[in-house]
Amino acid sequence: MKSFTLHSGIVAPMDRANVDTDLIIPKQFLKSIKRSGFGPNLFDELRYLDEGQPGQDCSTRPLNPDFALNKPRYRGASILLARANFGCGSSREHAPWALEDFGFRCVIAPSFADIFYNNCFKNGILPIVLDAAIVDTLFQQMYASEGYELSVDLEHQRVTSPSGEIYSFEVDEFRRHCLLNGLDDIGLTLQDAEAIRSYEQGLRKRSPWLFDAIR
Amino acid sequence: MAGQTLYDKLWHNHVVVQRDDGSAVIYIDRHLLHEVTSPQAFEGLRLAGRPLWRRDANLAVPDHNVPTEAVERSGGVAAIADPVSRLQVQTLDDNCRDYDIVEFEINDRRQGIVHVVGPEQGATLPGMTVVCGDSHTSTHGALGALAHGIGTSEVEHVLATQCLIQQKMKNMLVRIDGALHRGVTAKDVVLAVIGEIGTAGGSGYAIEFGGDVVRGMSMEGRMTMCNMSIEAGARMGMVAVDDTTLDYVKGRTYAPRGAMWEQAEAAWRELHSDDDAQFDRVVVLRGEDIKPQVTWGTSPEMVLPVDGHLPDPAMIDNAMQRAAVERALQYMGLQAGMSITDIRPDRVFIGSCTNSRIEDLRAAAAVVKGRRVASSVKQALVVPGSGEVKKQAEAEGLDQIFIEAGMEWREPGCSMCLAMNADKLGAGEHCASTSNRNFEGRQGFGGRTHLVSPAMAAAAAVAGHFVDVRNWQEQ
Ligand code: SF4
Repeated sequence: MKSFTLHSGIVAPMDRANVDTDLIIPKQFLKSIKRSGFGPNLFDELRYLDEGQPGQDCSTRPLNPDFALNKPRYRGASILLARANFGCGSSREHAPWALEDFGFRCVIAPSFADIFYNNCFKNGILPIVLDAAIVDTLFQQMYASEGYELSVDLEHQRVTSPSGEIYSFEVDEFRRHCLLNGLDDIGLTLQDAEAIRSYEQGLRKRSPWLFDAIR
Repeated sequence: MAGQTLYDKLWHNHVVVQRDDGSAVIYIDRHLLHEVTSPQAFEGLRLAGRPLWRRDANLAVPDHNVPTEAVERSGGVAAIADPVSRLQVQTLDDNCRDYDIVEFEINDRRQGIVHVVGPEQGATLPGMTVVCGDSHTSTHGALGALAHGIGTSEVEHVLATQCLIQQKMKNMLVRIDGALHRGVTAKDVVLAVIGEIGTAGGSGYAIEFGGDVVRGMSMEGRMTMCNMSIEAGARMGMVAVDDTTLDYVKGRTYAPRGAMWEQAEAAWRELHSDDDAQFDRVVVLRGEDIKPQVTWGTSPEMVLPVDGHLPDPAMIDNAMQRAAVERALQYMGLQAGMSITDIRPDRVFIGSCTNSRIEDLRAAAAVVKGRRVASSVKQALVVPGSGEVKKQAEAEGLDQIFIEAGMEWREPGCSMCLAMNADKLGAGEHCASTSNRNFEGRQGFGGRTHLVSPAMAAAAAVAGHFVDVRNWQEQ
């Protein structure tokens, strides 16, 4: 997994609450058996005027000129500024895969849906929760100045605006550690293989019906 | 020490390692797999050269992509018309063969929607931790299990370690006191709960559903409620074990028998919140206050009783909320202030892991029996949740009732719930649907979904517009 330490980048808006994972990546693209290549279909239904199909060349599709990510001022954006309950709905990890493939490294919102929040960390994307009032301020600043950038420092858990305001954020210690170091958490869990085996032995005694039923 | 909630008990029973940073390694008893979210996990396992930790904890079934038309279906995987869907189902078969995982293949009678199949086969049991790469895994919490959806990286993590790294959630009790009016179902209750707490209301919580209404519900009804916990923002919903649970589980294929049953029953009887357990949040609804519900917008919280009127954005002070209502009305092609009963569905879908169990089909059949689907309705699909449900329904003659009413009787699968197969809405079409999500485009590009109970969907199919099924049942 890619590590995340410091990141500065152009901020783009997703200015609506309750953005669901169907909206982030519609279901027809979930038929892929690969992990990559979802970027061109990020926000497909908002981004293009036609209905997208898997495997299609997106460069010739009609773009929706009103959609933020199609506007030249947000070109190259790597930080997404969003509203409450971002990423609700389906557990599809294709949503963070699409964000990552598009080039986003960070999503800032007042709140996230639990499964999506968790999935981001597995893919080198940092989801940052900031107070709704602060997010509002950031939206205003972003709309007011073209090329608006933020810097994110995971080590010190803070976001810095162009004018130098600092906003600190919370992130739990384990996830922070893994993301800072780009650690594969399967490898980490396997360091506890002994503990897992001994738990399993106890479980087999306590609840024998949990074993060997499905064969 | 204060008592424990059901969630606390399930959690503590599964902690393998408690880390200082607040995270814990949690053991997973049952891992369910389907074709959409597993291919990349198996690929990851292979690339890292890791073996499967525990084969017999896994059970797989294809459901999202499978065709539901009998002709296409009869040819098995090779006959799936859409090549991309075919490859995905084939990949699941191949992975299960390579890793020796039990799979109910496309035309196995036990095949069906993963969340219908698990409880039905006794593959998911009380007291278990159950995960699946699908957010509606919350369904299995109805058995008194700790069940939730996971992403594909976590699917790989479970395959490789039989564990997950988790943070403990907060506890929420949603209590529904009193009794329900006739014609009001578990679906209406859970939609009313979502209307009350909002789609983010349960975020960060494990929800336990309790109160007299839930105690009086069948397992099917409890599964419908737990299924939609995720639409209330909670990864998991659960119901305490009681006689209803035990009666349901007993005798199922993978459930324990004989002396092992006695031992299991004794353990399962402990699976309820203690009287003095503390919840971080308690929400109370009165059963008598709940009417049949219909969603009108593009989020499950945009829900109203059937006698309600659509909101008027001009009356909403909060700018974000006003914009959301305006956008939803525009997407849905509906006017502010109109009556729910003036909404006319073009299609009707009865199915999905929320409402495709035998009880749901019985409720829908009771409404359409001897009636005909309105001529304005282009299509009314009935898709049983599994091969077992289908067989049972056919034994009861429900299929004939649907067919005589002008509905289509299909093969089991997710179908029009998310439209990954050929069953989908056309742009601008309204659908009375018993599924769980009314997001933009969920049932097809530009499609407009209204979430309702099976009885309400059936009544709308016959009337050609939404009606209060309670009046019908008195006729
Ligand atoms: S029926 Fe719908 S919600 Fe349930 S698992 Fe299938 S696609 Fe998901």
